[in-house]
Amino acid sequence: MTQTHQHADHAHPSNRTYILVAAILGVITAVEVGVFYLEALEPVLVPILLVLSAAKFTMVVGFFMHLKFDSKLYRVLFVGPLIVAIAVMMAMFLLYGVFRA
Amino acid sequence: MSQTDAAAMEMHSATGLPNRKVLMWAFIGSECMLFGSLIIVYMVYRGKSLVGPYPSDLLNIPFITVTTFVLLMSSLMMVLALSAVQRGDMKWGKIWLFMTALLGMVFLGGQVYEFSHFVHEGLTLKTNLFGGSFFLLTGTHGAHVAVGVLWLLSLVFMAQRGKLTQANAETVEIAGLYWHFVDVVWIVLFTLIYLLV
Repeated sequence: MTQTHQHADHAHPSNRTYILVAAILGVITAVEVGVFYLEALEPVLVPILLVLSAAKFTMVVGFFMHLKFDSKLYRVLFVGPLIVAIAVMMAMFLLYGVFRA
Repeated sequence: MSQTDAAAMEMHSATGLPNRKVLMWAFIGSECMLFGSLIIVYMVYRGKSLVGPYPSDLLNIPFITVTTFVLLMSSLMMVLALSAVQRGDMKWGKIWLFMTALLGMVFLGGQVYEFSHFVHEGLTLKTNLFGGSFFLLTGTHGAHVAVGVLWLLSLVFMAQRGKLTQANAETVEIAGLYWHFVDVVWIVLFTLIYLLV
């Protein structure tokens, strides 16, 4: 059993990788706030912030929660409901005109 | 078969994966739905308040950026705690777990300060659509952080009494999954509530 478990859950990253990921997360947060204050970027503010937020989300889930390295079943259990939640959100946003200026 | 082997067999499902970890991922999946619904409420009501105070009057971006950074760093402490416990270094395991809980408490302190400041400025659950949806969404997240802090402190207590060892690393990993999810939710909320004003 334990052997099967070890096959399904691969080795996790080193502490050095974790610290590097945390540093990148900190930098992305600083960039997000910097972009927020730059008036020149106002027309493209929403897509930039959404992409940066998605990048942080993916890094935490992939590295800190080990989804990049662990069994695919965990990915199914997480990504499935996440896709449903995002689809419902998009449908409701379109229905209520959230994206209209 | 020894007692340890029997316990190990009980803890793993037919998939070869630990039952508790599968359950935690399923729970996290359901939490995506919960926070998704609360985000819908906030975004649909955004900009529709008829009376103030409005988000632009109250939201303090520099302050919340600091608390966001604190929560992100707590996730780093959490993975370092798990790494230490997995290699049997319980001294550093305890330290990193306590640091994670401490940073969680700092984040909660920031939220308490923010909420009390908003109430002082006249924003309550009943004031307008912004107040209702903001307190509901961030309050639910804050409650999750509070549960996480209590969970982490209980692990520190267990480790202090020698009841958390390298053999129980999975217990720390499951608590870590919950904690990182709380962090991931805040990453989304920080962008939607504070930056997309």
